[in-house]
Amino acid sequence: MDEQRQGTGLVGRGNREGAELFRQWFTELGRTAAEGKGAAYVFVMGSLAEILRTFDLPVVFPEINSLQTAVRRVAHEYLNQAEDYGYSPDICGYVKADVAVQLRGGEHPMGKIPKPALAVLTNACNTYIKWGEIWERMYHIPLFTLDVPGTRAAGTQTWPGDPDFENDREYVQAQLTELIAICEKVTGIKFDIDRLREVMGHANEMSRGWKQVLEFNRSRPSLFNALTDGTIYLGVSNSFRGTPEGARYFTELVEEMAYKAERHIGTLNEEKYRLTFVGVPCYPIFRRFNELFSEWGGTFVHSTYLWFASGGANVGFEYDLGRPLESLAEGVLISVRNAMDSMFYQDGAIIDMVDSFGLDGVVYHPVKSCRTTSTGLADNRRSLMAARNIPSLFIESDMMDRRVVTEAQMKNRIDAFFEGLASRKQQEAAAR
Amino acid sequence: MTTPLFEAWRGKPLDEAFYECRELLEDMDFPTVRRWRDGGGKVVGHFQVYFPEEIAHAAGLLPFKVRGAQVEAVHADSRFGSYLCSILKSSLELALSERVKLDMFVTHPICDAARNLGAVWGRNFPYPCQILYLPQNANSPAAATYLRNEYARLQRSIEEVAGQKVTDDDLRKSIAVYNKNRALLRQLYAIKRETPWLLSADEAYVLVAIGGMIPREEHNEMLEALLPMTAARPNKKQDKIRLVFEGGFCEQPPLDLIRTIARSCYVVDDDLLIGLRWIVENVELEGDPLRNLATAYIEKSSYSPVQHDLRKPKEKMLIERIRNAKAEAAILTAAKMCEPGLEEQVAYLHALDKEGIPYFISEFEEKMTTFEHMEIQLETFVESILFS
Repeated sequence: MDEQRQGTGLVGRGNREGAELFRQWFTELGRTAAEGKGAAYVFVMGSLAEILRTFDLPVVFPEINSLQTAVRRVAHEYLNQAEDYGYSPDICGYVKADVAVQLRGGEHPMGKIPKPALAVLTNACNTYIKWGEIWERMYHIPLFTLDVPGTRAAGTQTWPGDPDFENDREYVQAQLTELIAICEKVTGIKFDIDRLREVMGHANEMSRGWKQVLEFNRSRPSLFNALTDGTIYLGVSNSFRGTPEGARYFTELVEEMAYKAERHIGTLNEEKYRLTFVGVPCYPIFRRFNELFSEWGGTFVHSTYLWFASGGANVGFEYDLGRPLESLAEGVLISVRNAMDSMFYQDGAIIDMVDSFGLDGVVYHPVKSCRTTSTGLADNRRSLMAARNIPSLFIESDMMDRRVVTEAQMKNRIDAFFEGLASRKQQEAAAR
Repeated sequence: MTTPLFEAWRGKPLDEAFYECRELLEDMDFPTVRRWRDGGGKVVGHFQVYFPEEIAHAAGLLPFKVRGAQVEAVHADSRFGSYLCSILKSSLELALSERVKLDMFVTHPICDAARNLGAVWGRNFPYPCQILYLPQNANSPAAATYLRNEYARLQRSIEEVAGQKVTDDDLRKSIAVYNKNRALLRQLYAIKRETPWLLSADEAYVLVAIGGMIPREEHNEMLEALLPMTAARPNKKQDKIRLVFEGGFCEQPPLDLIRTIARSCYVVDDDLLIGLRWIVENVELEGDPLRNLATAYIEKSSYSPVQHDLRKPKEKMLIERIRNAKAEAAILTAAKMCEPGLEEQVAYLHALDKEGIPYFISEFEEKMTTFEHMEIQLETFVESILFS
């Protein structure tokens, strides 16, 4: 009975508490806006929350704000406003939704978004840089680009001790020092290295937890849906990075996963097909998109989104608190580089995942809005097909713009994909 | 210097020389690259926008500017999705169709699509393919040292392909060749600015673009011969408006589109193939050549939507370009599906509105073949300025 009660509270706790934390975070942002205070605008791939939280700067993730407009089915209103302002239908939908939020003085379906006091961006996505330049023009705020050199060619990543790695690390570390000076100026708070250590300690717990959670989904049946549940976890991973709440959340999420794994509590009643998702979710029909797969007994056991949109937290890099700045530079370089690899060079990792996650199929979802995550997917798929005999599906739509999302056409393709999977399973069973 | 790769212009009157240059530029079999390879030479293809060609030149390789082409993406289409600029597909097509054979390919983090191109290219060819991570934080005091060392890393890769070491003196010799080229290109642009009736936009474009297909010594020789002939042309000034063309930093508009514009306008400055003209002054010859190249990239350079530098807000730089060229208006264009170009267009148009500078907005694609509609719109725009 006790165990049952414990289980009732434990199973699904990550989703419940994740959603609650997310609401709290938006409420806090609304409070900051109401007080007329500014926030640090950051991005999911290299948010630098470790430094910003040291200065008690509230963080705003415009990507998350934008995708929320799509999930809440009002993105088109924002996109239209930005297009009326001059932006092309062919550019990133996230950028356009945010431009409209700014033009509306921060009005957003989740509450009021504070204005930026500072913007910090990495080059993990080039559009981040163009996006930051828009705020610079609108608000004349300090704009800091943290340049993180990525992998130069597939399989050539360098590591600490290698002169090429050290050149990159020194460059990143020098920039972090420059960012600290900017934060001191913006906030009037003197940099406290012990406070940084404390924030990094929480970030360590979160990275450790994130890595464990992702690995738990090798379980059969899978313990969470990478596309739906995973996006909730991802939201906490980004918005609460470096906080005690975030650290506790991931410690408890690991506990939940361990409980479910031990008892074989899966995300579906009957898991027939284990899939991985490559790309960015289809937010304009977020729930329905997943249903198109789950109705066939398909579940997403993994997603490259959980790699790159966590800023590479999946690597599980843990900072050495004894040498915080040097280790932060190292961790940012390795993690953000990994996030970029998950978009440009993900074919090898997916090929490896076929066995380790027991995949039945791979779903590629390039989107019109995002060249970063979409440009190489067709070629990646060719690479997968050359290496492994595994079915794959390639469907194009968008992460924001419902004008590009054709549900009926998508359903036809998905149904055909599952019919193929079913027939393949039958043939395999007959051959045994 | 080895046997010249492009000789058809030699000893010809200027108009015929321009004709031969156009023929070469529009030859989708890239004969100069073939001739170089036939002679046993190796080729480094580098994607738009800027590449430190001096390093490849010093190793005895031919730096070839990969800037797309008017070819059908028969093979490349299957490597990409639908929503993408044309230059990416056509560039890969040149290699997949073996119109151009390379020994190394380098791309840059100019945009998200171009970064992906490095990985795509690498999966399709056995030779080295890499991303040269030019600094995106040009304002960091650490950027020049980082870039110097990044160039050293690139140099090592190039040396492996070339099968020979590059010395500092080799680099200095190459920098000197390129300094001369930069001076000649500045001279060419001075003709465009000061006496645009002597050199049409399409002629100027052809002269510049050929630099990306032949060794730079040869390009220098050609410019040294043709620029004085151009300056001596008996052409009379016509009643055309002076304008700046902005939006040609990566994907290139078809030559016919440039010719269409030239029919009604003097293009007195532009950002076409800006990578070949990125460094705007001589690079120092004394001292560490890689550091000199790195410093020049950051400190002595032009601007484009794909380089972020807080000291060079693009809209202010454009207005400066318009003022310096004494232009009356601007064409603000962008390649279809080009994220940075389309985003910058908005900043440009709001800035020009504020300054009261007339502009003509358009989009283009390298594989466009009809220009009548655009020509009519442009003529209307020109008339509105001429008769206002």
